[in-house]
Amino acid sequence: MSDLHTSPSGESHGSVSSYIIGFVLAVILTAVAFGVVVSHSLSPSGTLTAIAVLAFVQVLVHLHYFLHMGNGSEQRWNNMCFFFTVGFVVILLIGTMFIMNNTALHMMSR
Amino acid sequence: MLGRLSFSAIPVDVPILVGTFLGAAIAGLAVLGLITYYGKWGYLWKEWLTSVDHKRLAVMYIVLALVALFRGFADAIMMRTQLALAYAGNPGYLPPHHYDQIFSAHGTIMIFFLAMAFMTGLFNFVVPLQIGARDVAFPFLNNLSFWMTAIAFVLVNVSLFIGEFSQCGWLAYPPLSESQFSPGVGVDYYIWAIQLSGVGTLLTGVNFFVTIVKMRAPGMTWMKMPVFTWTAFCSSILIMVSFPVLTVAVALLGLDRYFGMHFFTNDGGGNQMLYLSLIWSWGHPEVYILVIPAFGVFSEVVPAFSGKPLFGYGTMVYATCSIMVLSFVVWVHHFFTMGAGPDVNAFFGIATMIISIPTGVKLFNWMFTMYKGRVQFHACMYWAVGFMVTFTIGGMTGVMMAIPGADFVLHNSLFLIAHFHNVIIGGVYFGYICGMNFWFPKVMGFKMNEAWGIRAFWFWFVGFYFAFVPLYVLGFDGMTRRMNHYDNPEWHIWLLIAEVGAVLILFGIVCQLTQLYVTIRDRNLPANRDVTGDPWNGRALEWSTSSPPPPYNFAIVPHVHELDAFMHDKENGIDTRCAGGPYAPIHMPKNTAAGFLIGAFSFIFGFAAVWYIWWLAAIGLIGVIGTVIARSANKDIDYYIPADEVARIENEHSRKLMAQAAE
Repeated sequence: MSDLHTSPSGESHGSVSSYIIGFVLAVILTAVAFGVVVSHSLSPSGTLTAIAVLAFVQVLVHLHYFLHMGNGSEQRWNNMCFFFTVGFVVILLIGTMFIMNNTALHMMSR
Repeated sequence: MLGRLSFSAIPVDVPILVGTFLGAAIAGLAVLGLITYYGKWGYLWKEWLTSVDHKRLAVMYIVLALVALFRGFADAIMMRTQLALAYAGNPGYLPPHHYDQIFSAHGTIMIFFLAMAFMTGLFNFVVPLQIGARDVAFPFLNNLSFWMTAIAFVLVNVSLFIGEFSQCGWLAYPPLSESQFSPGVGVDYYIWAIQLSGVGTLLTGVNFFVTIVKMRAPGMTWMKMPVFTWTAFCSSILIMVSFPVLTVAVALLGLDRYFGMHFFTNDGGGNQMLYLSLIWSWGHPEVYILVIPAFGVFSEVVPAFSGKPLFGYGTMVYATCSIMVLSFVVWVHHFFTMGAGPDVNAFFGIATMIISIPTGVKLFNWMFTMYKGRVQFHACMYWAVGFMVTFTIGGMTGVMMAIPGADFVLHNSLFLIAHFHNVIIGGVYFGYICGMNFWFPKVMGFKMNEAWGIRAFWFWFVGFYFAFVPLYVLGFDGMTRRMNHYDNPEWHIWLLIAEVGAVLILFGIVCQLTQLYVTIRDRNLPANRDVTGDPWNGRALEWSTSSPPPPYNFAIVPHVHELDAFMHDKENGIDTRCAGGPYAPIHMPKNTAAGFLIGAFSFIFGFAAVWYIWWLAAIGLIGVIGTVIARSANKDIDYYIPADEVARIENEHSRKLMAQAAE
């Protein structure tokens, strides 16, 4: 208890190699997404789908390699906080879309 | 060189502001002079301004909150006086340009710098002591949070004398707050004050979340945690989830203003309704951030002065948690009239009404705690019972406005103003003052004067009803908020009554100041000293240590066996303090000037950004980053209090306890 102020407890803070793997994956995913948009190789809706999927994978890469989320028991609080946050973000996003769409329909603002 | 800043930005032609400036300057110089005269600069700097001790920071937060109360109330009584005068052709004494700044500043200051600062002060003081911890998880961040809040408040007050403040209300709705309609610096002052204090608040939320999760005393499981700590926990979660939304919403408004973007403008594809949705998805949780800790205060005070355990601890915890979650799905009730259809409005209306159920549970819990208890009518209990009556009325008018059909009539009327003052004064303010009376002896080592506390209560209580019941009537009569003048003869008498109420509240504040003065004057009277550290026969761990607590709080970290840990120990003859040791050296964080410096540089940055003085903004930003790097590289951040020193302090306290017991 008394050393709580200086020594970080428990969780893994990653290694050089895990950071490098994460960094390389992040760069590749970003480059691919950029490439898809610049090259116009897919249809507009195909492009949107592709970059959405790539963005989602990118999020997972960041969570795993940079924020060190895993399924170990010492990760319980990390994961709980994360899913709680995701829950609230979903409430906010879905709520906002619900409200703004409905308002736009009634006010004919678009 | 100076961006938009020129001599014409100084309002020398407004006598009220010049007078205020002279008053503030004289008072400020007097304070500085007294500090110099008594040679207290070193003491102030070493022991307070750079302190990372949660107890010292708590005191500084509450002093900041009381200064903010002074400023916010001055705005309030000016508004009431204007409306008492500005009738039937009389323009009153405040032109619209000035009046609009006053109501914007009143709301901003009361929420961000009175209520938030007071709440953080109470968290800081009580939470570590209640959970048996020696400090918060991140003591340096705690100091930094304080300075970010304090400099943001200074920034708001600088706007009085250099330039102007926002005229767009306390939430700066676009499109009025866009540069097209508000080209001046007012909204920019607002934006930077909110953003800088937001940093402090967010860090506070993180700090207390981690403290409560990680630093509870051994044996304190979740369901043995005191209710105030539960409420601080829920409030911290709400801060962490909702404040980023505020930051983003205000940042987008800032992008519109600074870089000509079109998030919320009328043209260029902007949509101001999105700002309403974003700001209220922060704003509604925000009012629960404020009121949930007030519920926590009453849950500590009512059992202590009823001589009984809290009725329904479990339901209290579940009610708090469900209020926390529900507060996220109600935000549309602030803008039912925006134009959404019945689907949206019905959903959010019903969700709003559901919140009143857990809140009602809490009220019944407090009443059943008092029922058949040996209730002592201490000043704290006056605030608590006054709260129960007032908050219930405010809650019921809230449920009325949760009905979308009724809200279409009442929206933006004075009925709304009366409603939210009813819950914020009757809930938040009464709660925090109650908590201040309750924990003051723990902070200072002597009790607050009770007679003046009760007088303050009666003036506030009666003054509140005089000031705000007329606003309910005026709301029904169709008077809208933020009016500068009016010509309806039926309204005039009600606004005169409201002015009387504001004067009564002024007397209440005077009584509170007198209470502080008398308390400090009589601090050495034996009846006022708190020698035992347990003046109210308290139940939670904070009462087990001395008053004021030693820097390390607990020489030996207590073991928790039951809910109401200290009461359990007292009843079973267990010595919570483990007096006599053996003591070990205690690891403590060192004071640091980094928080103050980051705050000072942030202030420079904020001020420069308001006035477009870009070179100065760059200096401020570089200063902030440089201080953060220097602080991160500093390894000399901790020290040990030797075991001998701990033993000396503890034995001294034991000796006092025994002397008291012998009398």
